[in-house]
Amino acid sequence: MSKLIVSPSPHIHSKDSTRSLMLDVVIALLPAVLCSFVFYGWREILVMAVSVGSCLLLEWAVTRYMLKKPSTLGDLSAVVTGILLGLNLPYTTPWWVVVIGAVVAIGVAKMTFGGLGQNIWNPALVGRVFLLVSFPTYMTTWSQPQGLFGADAVTGATPLGVINEGLMGGASVKDIMAEHGYDYGQMLFANIGGSAGEVCAIALLLGFVYLCCRRVIKPWITLTIFATVALTALIFWGVNPDRFTGPVFNLLTGGLILGACFMATDYVTSPMSLWGGVVFGVGIGFLTMMIRYFGSYPEGVSFAILIMNSFVPLINMAFKQKKFGRK
Amino acid sequence: MSKRTFSIGGVHPHDNKISRECAIEPLPLSPTVYLSMSQHIGAPAKPVVAVGDKVKVGQVVAEPGGFVSAFIHSSVSGTVKSIGPRKDLAGNPQTCIEIAVEGDEWLEGIDTSDTLVTGIPADNKAIIDKIRLGGVVGLGGATFPTHVKLSPPPGSKCERVIINGCECEPYLTSDYRTLLEKGEQVVVGAAILRQVMGGVPCTIAIEENKPEAVAHIQDVIRKLGYEGIEVMVMKMMYPQGGEKQLIDAVMHRQVGSGALPISVGAVVQNVATALAVYDAVQKNKPIVDNSVTVTGECFPRQANLLVRVGTPLSYIIDYLGGVPADAVKVISGGPMMGRAVANLDAATVKGTGALLFLTEKQTRRQPASACIRCGKCADACPMGLEPFLLNRLVKVNDLEQLEANAAQDCIECGCCLYSCPAHIPLLDNIRMGKGAVLGAIRARAAKK
Repeated sequence: MSKLIVSPSPHIHSKDSTRSLMLDVVIALLPAVLCSFVFYGWREILVMAVSVGSCLLLEWAVTRYMLKKPSTLGDLSAVVTGILLGLNLPYTTPWWVVVIGAVVAIGVAKMTFGGLGQNIWNPALVGRVFLLVSFPTYMTTWSQPQGLFGADAVTGATPLGVINEGLMGGASVKDIMAEHGYDYGQMLFANIGGSAGEVCAIALLLGFVYLCCRRVIKPWITLTIFATVALTALIFWGVNPDRFTGPVFNLLTGGLILGACFMATDYVTSPMSLWGGVVFGVGIGFLTMMIRYFGSYPEGVSFAILIMNSFVPLINMAFKQKKFGRK
Repeated sequence: MSKRTFSIGGVHPHDNKISRECAIEPLPLSPTVYLSMSQHIGAPAKPVVAVGDKVKVGQVVAEPGGFVSAFIHSSVSGTVKSIGPRKDLAGNPQTCIEIAVEGDEWLEGIDTSDTLVTGIPADNKAIIDKIRLGGVVGLGGATFPTHVKLSPPPGSKCERVIINGCECEPYLTSDYRTLLEKGEQVVVGAAILRQVMGGVPCTIAIEENKPEAVAHIQDVIRKLGYEGIEVMVMKMMYPQGGEKQLIDAVMHRQVGSGALPISVGAVVQNVATALAVYDAVQKNKPIVDNSVTVTGECFPRQANLLVRVGTPLSYIIDYLGGVPADAVKVISGGPMMGRAVANLDAATVKGTGALLFLTEKQTRRQPASACIRCGKCADACPMGLEPFLLNRLVKVNDLEQLEANAAQDCIECGCCLYSCPAHIPLLDNIRMGKGAVLGAIRARAAKK
């Protein structure tokens, strides 16, 4: 009987693995990715392919030649980062800008800190913000969706950008919205200007529900962000509807859904406990609204998430699970 | 009926009770039994027989070696062949009494009939003494001598007796079958226990995946006309049957770190222990046998067997058709907390509740990868600990922080390792840390 394995308990394991969890995230992102392909066409497919491809290549190269460790591509986390980065860029982004974004995301934000699990900031967001600061022209020349077989792009600004600009010009929110023909139904289903991942709110929410049902993530962080954004907007809009945009508008624009569902819920860079998650979510929601209302950038979700990422270690220390039978 | 559960953590492994329909059947006597002197927590028992002595079933062969220790009785009739070290299931030598079986002659005074005896003696001291003399120990896993548990330290007061019928470990069905087949005896045992503890109420806790047992025990309580004993249906959640978790679920009270259940007024006894109490008090029958679930998807014949204490594992396995070719692990107990068997020639002890066979695919441990800080281990921990943090502290050997983060509170239920998607051997490491912290705490106490 020398064949028997002897090891400590437990002797069985749940079916979860890092790979299966990441695969679930990829599946959850698929509706949004497909929508972006349909609305933006082959150039979006190119952006996505370059983004995912260069993220994978970089992670492989860094583990192989710099860390000299076995490849970690199998955990699929680089695929998730690649898709998220792709969804965070306008489809008109030149391919070499996408590659730079991937270098920053994987090379700097992830692998420099020691790879998966060690990074402080969400890699895809660091990549996006780096590009936003370094190549503002490419990153802010948003384009109206033209469809898979559509004609050349019509460049324009995102709804948030339009409002920001209009307000600076002295117009009221209501006038600007009427002038540009924004309506909420359109925002919910598709067809507003923005980066690829902002096209279809329903597709993103579908993915979010899938992740919650599969118990990959818990809904608290996301719901807290939504609630905080809605409440903050309600207060400001209630006080001065000419100067400030309302709750529904803020929920549906500027990548808030993408950020709240898929970036703020990243395991590595979000708090572990329920109440820690709530504090984290309130912080993101509030900072987003402050940046949108009073900052010079029209958009605030990326910055808000990255700022709150920095507080995660503190939040984790402050909000510990109550231990059994202890005060 | 609302289903109760404990307040922190827990996991949902598939319950896999594939042997639930197998009635308990007596295993034919093996030619030889080996009675270990270390079948309980506490001091090993001291043999009181010599090589060549003739013994009968139920005769004392070893005395308690201290206050926390237990009597051991011969489980067979025959001749003492040897007394000496023999390897237990982990391969560690333990003093064993080897008895060659001759016939099946029981000691006079033991009632071996099936007649139910419901009249409970009035003298509680005499009852506890019978339990002590019957060698009764906790059969839920810890094998703590029952008479010690029933003699709470002065100043503490029992408010409720809980009979643990959760059987929350996957695969195990021996308690379930005992509830179905020996329900009357278990309920009388429960009545004895609550009487001994001062007539306090008694709760028989059964998980929701055993509705037949719930209905049967409710029926038995009604039929016997006992008051003060109730059945509580528990949510299916591991580790519902953990002592601290069960008290939390039933009484909404949490036993403090390092404290005993009696500190919150609870005494918990397993279903099989309640049966053993009945046998010892009502039938003068010490623990000489116990029910063992033999199971596993790869095992040819599922069974719940009534096995004499000291029967070699290999004898049980051969009786049912031998170790399956694709089994790579034999576990004594359940898959979450059971111990892997290294030596199939080892003999059963009083606390042996199951033999489980797992295939390579079922029990394979994946190589560990990086922690992704998902927090699933902290969510799963029923003690509210942070296994990922303890794991790191063990690696840097920081005893002070390990103690501050309550590594000593770990109940080794395995929920953290079970749920870790990165397959990090959390519990393996935390066990080491827990041992070191407990050692430090003991050293500190000794200095005072």
